[in-house]
Amino acid sequence: MTAPAGAGRPADGAPLLEVRDLVVHHGQLRALDGISLRVLPGEVYAIIGANGAGKSTLLRTIAGLHHPTAGSILLDGKDVTRLRTERRATRGIVLVPEGRRLFGSLSVQENLQVGATYARPGPWTIERVYEMFDWMRERRSQRTGQLSGGEQQAVAIGRALVANPRVLLLDELSLGLAPVVVQRVYGMLPQILATGLTVLLVEQDVSQALRAAAHIQCLLEGRTTLEGSPADVTAEQVEAAYFGLAGAAPASLPGEGSQP
Amino acid sequence: MAWVNAIIQGVLTGGLYALFACGLSLMFGVMKVVNLAHGDLAVVAGYIAIGVITVTHVPVLWSVLIVVPVMAVLGYVLQRTVIQGALDRSVLTTLLVTFGLSVVIENGLLQFFTANTRGIGAGLPLVTGSFSIGSQIQIAYLLVVIFAVAVVVLLGLQYFLSASKYGRLIRAVADDREAAQLAGADYRHVFGIAAALAFGTVALAGIGYGMYSQLDPTAGTDTILLFAFAAVVIGGLGSLWGTLLGGVVLGVAQQIGAQINISDEVLAGYIVFLAVLVLRPQGLTSRRTQS
Amino acid sequence: MSLATESTARPAAGFRVTRSRRNVTWTGAGALIVVVVLALFPYIVYSGTTTIMVQAFIVLTLASMWNLLAGYAGLVSVGQQAFVGLGAYFVLILAIHGASPFAALPVAAVGCGVAALPMWWLVSRLRSGYFAIATWVLAATIMLIIERFSSIGGGTGMPLPGVAGLSPAVLTAYTYWAGLAVAVLALAASYLLLRGRLGLVLTAVRDDEVAARSSGARVGLARLLVFVVAGAGCGAAGAILAISQLQVQPSAVFSVQWTAEMAFATIIGGLGTIEGPIIGTAVYMVLQQTLAAYNAWYLIILGLVAIVVALFARRGLWGLIDDRINLRLFPVGYWLRLDSGGERPRRLLARLGKGVPEA
Repeated sequence: MTAPAGAGRPADGAPLLEVRDLVVHHGQLRALDGISLRVLPGEVYAIIGANGAGKSTLLRTIAGLHHPTAGSILLDGKDVTRLRTERRATRGIVLVPEGRRLFGSLSVQENLQVGATYARPGPWTIERVYEMFDWMRERRSQRTGQLSGGEQQAVAIGRALVANPRVLLLDELSLGLAPVVVQRVYGMLPQILATGLTVLLVEQDVSQALRAAAHIQCLLEGRTTLEGSPADVTAEQVEAAYFGLAGAAPASLPGEGSQP
Repeated sequence: MAWVNAIIQGVLTGGLYALFACGLSLMFGVMKVVNLAHGDLAVVAGYIAIGVITVTHVPVLWSVLIVVPVMAVLGYVLQRTVIQGALDRSVLTTLLVTFGLSVVIENGLLQFFTANTRGIGAGLPLVTGSFSIGSQIQIAYLLVVIFAVAVVVLLGLQYFLSASKYGRLIRAVADDREAAQLAGADYRHVFGIAAALAFGTVALAGIGYGMYSQLDPTAGTDTILLFAFAAVVIGGLGSLWGTLLGGVVLGVAQQIGAQINISDEVLAGYIVFLAVLVLRPQGLTSRRTQS
Repeated sequence: MSLATESTARPAAGFRVTRSRRNVTWTGAGALIVVVVLALFPYIVYSGTTTIMVQAFIVLTLASMWNLLAGYAGLVSVGQQAFVGLGAYFVLILAIHGASPFAALPVAAVGCGVAALPMWWLVSRLRSGYFAIATWVLAATIMLIIERFSSIGGGTGMPLPGVAGLSPAVLTAYTYWAGLAVAVLALAASYLLLRGRLGLVLTAVRDDEVAARSSGARVGLARLLVFVVAGAGCGAAGAILAISQLQVQPSAVFSVQWTAEMAFATIIGGLGTIEGPIIGTAVYMVLQQTLAAYNAWYLIILGLVAIVVALFARRGLWGLIDDRINLRLFPVGYWLRLDSGGERPRRLLARLGKGVPEA
């Protein structure tokens, strides 16, 4: 199911994060049906798709919250499929979950401190997070329940950053946030990448994903329906892949023959 | 005047009850586990203390230094093995398992130690001594010491939870276990630490009870567990200082009941508990309604 | 590169929904035979045996009630001893006023059912663990209140009047038959309750409470009903206890040991199955009789076994048997019989206790 890379993406680059033929079940429902992907170091990789397509399941499985029925997950070439969630976090796979999931009874600072408890060595510290979000320092003793949605999202990202991950997984950043706030949050991505992180994100908003990512993959009912760089896919192809429109022409990217 | 004396007695006994209650409250707050064997474990700690004192002849208060760490380790082990195993199954299973443990412990104690009551440190001036205020008020040294210990323990717990790394982790895991895992925390280990803390306080409760009253195999449930629970409910879930308030209210209710009719002491406490359950189920200190 | 092509749906086959399989007629006949044989016991066996059987009936009644509470309604009550004691005291009070204890038995059961209502009102808002201890506190409170009345024996208890006119053999026989009747009724009641709408509601709640509520199931009412029935059942057992012991002592009839026994028997036999309490009671009686000389050992062993079973064999002994030979003595679920010949019937609704059916 993996397609040859599009223009600008080294076809033989060693991936930082690789998923091979992942199959995940929720009870009897097959949520993911043979998903593969390769995330190269330093890039922003976006997963798009409709509700129920399996995007969050994919991210949560990579983070270790679900056990796959089949398939494997590799970080830097090493198989991490059997590792528990917390061990994956200390290895460098850190998820900012859907809905932020901050620790409600803890203050902003304490949330960051928890994130930093098992941190890997690296450039990110609580100080640095305060520098990136200038408002946070003053409000650091506030309970996170009192923050706005966008502020909570910032704290959640900060909590993940202070762990110095290698791959930052972002699940539905824009959920419940005003467009202006979403722009601001996505505006921070370059800063984050500049410190050597790699980002794998799930995004409902397709245009946002196309703007932010170097490479996208579209899921539908647990299967990959499209993959490529934003420059190389047309809006029609994305739409067809997103909605699973039968009869649309199979997507073809430069460098490969057309095959369904 | 006898009433004033009763109220003072009640307030001070509240300290003992708060000691009973804080372990129960902690385990429920962090792990959502109601440990039905809570009181029996306190009695076990008391018996261990008796054993330690008998064998090594150390002064009574020194036995605390031995028993508390022993119980804390026991708590960690029990949590990581049996209780975690039950938690992984369901809430129902934890109740069944802790209830089973309670019965097994009680009957085991009954088997090995018989139903005879035993006290700790009987005859010590600390235990038997008291001082008087005026002619009608007599205050036992022991009760004052236990109250002080309860306050210190609660302060210590509060400080630990708010300012230490593991305290933060415990609160984080209690808030959102999955998010804590995503931050790299092994929640089973954190639960173990919380259980160790709870069992440490349980040890103090058991020793305190053994000194204040007499230990017998059934005291765990008859007295300690039920009183602890009543204190927690009266004071309000989720609040450490609430447990002290709850303990005090329970103690005072009991002493007032005893003043009315000497055999109604325990009953009076339960009636107040039921009243709080009906009128203000979230407890006296809680701001939220119980959900 | 492909677009999604679905076809996960199977072609719908013809099917029938049946209530039960051929087991049930055999079970009904078998049960009837068993009951008739048991009823003849006083004529056949020694009084020592009938006394043990009465004990077994008490435990069986209690266990099936606890099974209803914990296995189906999800209510772990550690205070059922309150009803055992109340049942005993109902009989005592009526006997003191001249009634025959046997006539008092149904009154005790009904009285306990009624008493369950205010108790439910007090504790129903509490969640599982706190509900459990609250029932325990309630039981302790009730005992303390009853102990205040010296006219019914106070703290030390008193013998049960009203049986002086009966010869020992007749008394034993009547006690035995009363115990048998209560046990049979308890089992029948739980079977019928669970077979009907209540059972459906409770299973739905057990599987997914939010979904059950949103589809209109009257969850609170269902639980209340179970609590009341269990109260009546335990009360009846308490009445039998009073009659068989010929005395009523608060510390004996209100002992939490009753809850321990009924809980352990149910857990070991199989929580959430109707057959479970029967097996559990059998195990309990065997253990108790063999270890009778060793004081509290039977409770210790029972407790340890119950813990192990709760952790590793959730559906208890009956669950283990059921998994092997696929037997349902008391069918309360539904079966889906596919018309495509030869295909094994699949379970449509969760067989009570098994949850989501496997493919």
